[in-house]
This record gives sequence, C-alpha cells and structure tokens, in this order.
Amino acid sequence: MRKFKEFVIEKLILICGIASIFFVILIFLFLLKEGLSVFGTVSPFNFLFGKSWYPISEPPQLGILPLILGSLLVTLGAAIISIPIGVGCAVYIAEVAPGRIKEILKSGIELLAAIPSVVLGFIGMVTLVPLVKNIFHLPTGLTALSGSIMLAFMAMPTIVSIAEDALYSVPKTYKEGALALGATHWQTIWRVILPAASSGILAAIMLGIGRVIGETMAVMMITGNAAVMPNSILAPVRTLTATIAAEMGEAVVGSEHYFALFAVGIVLFVISFIVNVTADLFLHKKQ
Amino acid sequence: MFKKGLFILVMLMFTASVFAASAKNTIQIKGSDTMVNLSQAWAERYMQENPGDFVAITGGGSGTGISALISGTCDITNASRIIKEKEIALAKQRGINPYEIKVGLDGLAVVVNPDNPVSKLTIDQLAQIFTGKIANWKEAGGVDAKIVLLSREVNSGTHVYFKEHVLRKNDPNSKEEFSPGALMLSSSQAIADEVAGNPAAIGYYGMGYISKKQKPIFVAKDEKSEYEAPTIENVVNGKYPISRPLLLYTNGAPQGLVKKFVDFVLSSEGQDIVLLTDFVPVQK
Repeated sequence: MRKFKEFVIEKLILICGIASIFFVILIFLFLLKEGLSVFGTVSPFNFLFGKSWYPISEPPQLGILPLILGSLLVTLGAAIISIPIGVGCAVYIAEVAPGRIKEILKSGIELLAAIPSVVLGFIGMVTLVPLVKNIFHLPTGLTALSGSIMLAFMAMPTIVSIAEDALYSVPKTYKEGALALGATHWQTIWRVILPAASSGILAAIMLGIGRVIGETMAVMMITGNAAVMPNSILAPVRTLTATIAAEMGEAVVGSEHYFALFAVGIVLFVISFIVNVTADLFLHKKQ
Repeated sequence: MFKKGLFILVMLMFTASVFAASAKNTIQIKGSDTMVNLSQAWAERYMQENPGDFVAITGGGSGTGISALISGTCDITNASRIIKEKEIALAKQRGINPYEIKVGLDGLAVVVNPDNPVSKLTIDQLAQIFTGKIANWKEAGGVDAKIVLLSREVNSGTHVYFKEHVLRKNDPNSKEEFSPGALMLSSSQAIADEVAGNPAAIGYYGMGYISKKQKPIFVAKDEKSEYEAPTIENVVNGKYPISRPLLLYTNGAPQGLVKKFVDFVLSSEGQDIVLLTDFVPVQK
C-alpha cells in the first residue's frame, strides 16, 4: 500500500513536470499551424521585410518590418535606461546598503513588480506623455521614448532581484582576499565582485529584456501605435505585441489578417525564445 | 492509463463550460463601439418592459461583432459599416445568413482643438490631411505646426467608413490609405482626450462624442458647396457630407426573442432613444 502511494505521488509529480514542456510544445505547434498559412498569400521575405502594414485593405499589405523595428526600438530604449539603474541598484543592495535600508529597498522593488502593467500605462498616459511632449517640443508625446521609460520600470524588478542573487553567490573569500590585498571597497566591487558575477548579471539583463519585449498593455497605451518605419526615438511606433492585441478581436477567423497575426506571434515567440536561451546559457556558464 | 483519464477529465471540464454559456431567454449583442451606449439604452428600456428577458451587450468594434455572428457566438451584431463581401462569403460557408436591419444614422464629426484657428475643410482637404499629403496646418489655413493625425484602430467601423468615404471618396478602385504616421487609438474617448489636450491634433468620431473641449470642423463636399456643421438636422436633410448608417445584423430574418427586440428598436419608443443618444432616427 505504501509502495503504491509512493508510486502515485511520484507519477503525479512527473506529470506536473512534463506538463509545462507539453504545453509549450502545444502552443508552439498551434502558432505554427495557424501562422504558417499566411505564407500562402505573402512570401516570408515580404512578410518580414515589407514596410507597409495595412492588414484590412484589398489586397492586404502584410509587411511587419515597422512593427519589428518598433518593438526593438522600444526595447533598446528600455534596456539603456533600466540596465545601469538596475545593476547599480543591485550592487547597492548586495554590497553597500546597511541592513534596514536593504530591507526597505528590497520590498520597494518587489512592490514595483506588483504594479499591473495597465496601471503603469495609465499613469504614463496622464503624466509622462504630456511631459515628454513639452520637454522635447514634440507634436505628440505618444512616442517610443515614453514607452521605453515606462517599460524600464517593468524590467527593473527582474534585473535587480536576479542580479542581486548573482552578486550574493560570489564566494565571500573573493571579497575578503581583495580587501586583504589592500583594495578599496569600490575597487573590490568593480574589479572582483562584478566580473565574478558577470554571467549572472547578463542573465538578469536578458530576462529583463525578455519581459520588455513581451509587454503589451502599457506600450499599446503610450506609444501611439503608428505603423511607420521608426526614424527617431521621439516618434510614435507600433510594436508586435500591441498589433496582436489591438487587431485580434477584429480579424475574421480564417482570413489572411488572422493568419498574419499568428505569424506575428511566431516572430515574437522566436525573439523571446532567443533571449531566454541566451539568458540560460549565461546562467549555466556561471555554474 | 491514468494520464489518459486525467486528460479526458480536463477536456470534459472545458466543453461543459462552453455549453453552459447559452440560455434561452438571453440575447447576446456584440459589435460597434459607436453603438454600445445606444444599445445599452435600448436594452435597459426593453428589459424594464419585458422582465425575464435578458439582453447582454459587448463592444469591441463592428468587425469583432461580425466575426462573432459568423462564429455563432452572438445573436445580433451592431455594425457601423456595411458587411463586406468577403465576410458574407465566410458566413455562408458556415451556414450563417447575415440579415441587415437599418436602425439609425450617425454623422461623423471631424474635430480639432478649440485653439486651432482652422474651422472648415472640404472632403478633399480632409483626404489629403489623413493620407499625409498635407502635413502642416499652414497648408490648410492654420498656423505653422505639424499635423498630428488621430485614427481609430482597424477593428473600428468608424475607421473603415472614414477610409472608404473620405480618403477614397467612395471609389472602390482607390488605393488611398491612412498615413502610416497616423496614431491609432483604441477608443473614441481616447481621441477626444488627445484632441482636447493637443492643439495640433485632428481626429474623427461619431458626433455623440463632441464636447466643449473639442471643436467640430464644418465640412463641405467640394469647394463650391456650403460648409456644414455635424448636427442632427444636417444629417437628416443630407447636407452634412459624412454620415453613415447604423445597422443590426442577425442570422436570417429575426425570429422569436430577437424579433421582439428588433421590433422594439424600430418602434417609435426605440427610435426616440436613438435621438436621445445623439444619433439620427430612421423612422418617424
């Protein structure tokens, strides 16, 4: 009887373990099945590098280059803002801050991660967008920059908490050795601890970026959603995610537009997959 | 064996929840955002008079509603544009027969910020502005500032109507498109807010959304015609050039509960509600 119980529990856990992989495979197969049909109407090259996105015209123009570049631009901007601040914050928490402040900072960052993205988007819309418009004297504040700033807030908690873990896992002996050799605190952090934790920090950055690429609601609310080839971070852009969210409700099931949106989903899936695999490689290198 | 059992159980749970959604005395209405407030008003009065019947209304856009009719997830579709040939073909394939009922008219207002000196434009000028050929207010009689174009998303009947009747001027062979630089906002209210705060912006929406914070543009068919304001009177007598029908679509001619609701909508009581919500009735 005990053996049987053991057996059932073991198998149940096995099913739980396999389930996640199983679901990922199912989702990917479904994406492929629905998305690949679009290449009957448009060639993969024209789909990826076409410059016009007019999905409901006759015939539809399904070029997603502006959307890919829009997503990349917003992500790049968010990375430039969030990486220095995030890593700096992690170093401060892990190495410099005294006990009380450390606790306050950590819970503050956890709180930041708990804000729903639609709330951040709404706050961005009423505060950041007019600010960006006035500072840069732009015709409109709904720009890639506004999106980048808001997304940087979303990437920060991920970057800080994982980078902080990486810094903690640097063996204490490294730090003690450096200090014993007469290095200052800053020299120890910059020359010894950061290089030792570098793969973990890179993984933190990649995971933060992965979060930014997949974010939908906030970017849809504050980047203007104009499917134009972006030529400046101060211009409106339309991202891959916002396109799917805004148009999926309308697309007639089985139309080219519907398939094209699934193909956009494949592109998005591939991008996040690459980002996550890269992060994983860095994490394993560390071990 | 055990795995298979679990799988079947999960599948059963999914199917059960899907079938549980439909009930006999409920009408599901889906579609045009422009018509959400109007149908909500209809539904409230109708449910007051017919206790026991239940009318559920969702927005999402005319295209969303028509998709729902085709996939059989709603009884009535609200549409602020006429159904496309392609959609009819798709519906027929699935054994759905869209039936059109005209329930009202809507004037499309073109709005700018009250600080903008421009107050009248021709259809031709509007087309050039929204396709990006006129990019500065200077060229349309205003100050030297870049025009910020505001448009609804592509799931909006208003978007499609504006493209076909203003940008393409009813010419089915025209290939005109919204300028790729046009900002796509997800609701009429978002356009109203942006116009209220941005002196360089121009947008369009159903005239029910006009408030004191936006200035409606007087529009003329061509340079020789009079410039007319988007008012109910001008839409009824046909002087205002950008107006469109408000439609309901059902699967085949309405029957039973759906017929009862449609009859109510077309009754003088239902048409009074059309007028009250700032649209134009079709029946006197």
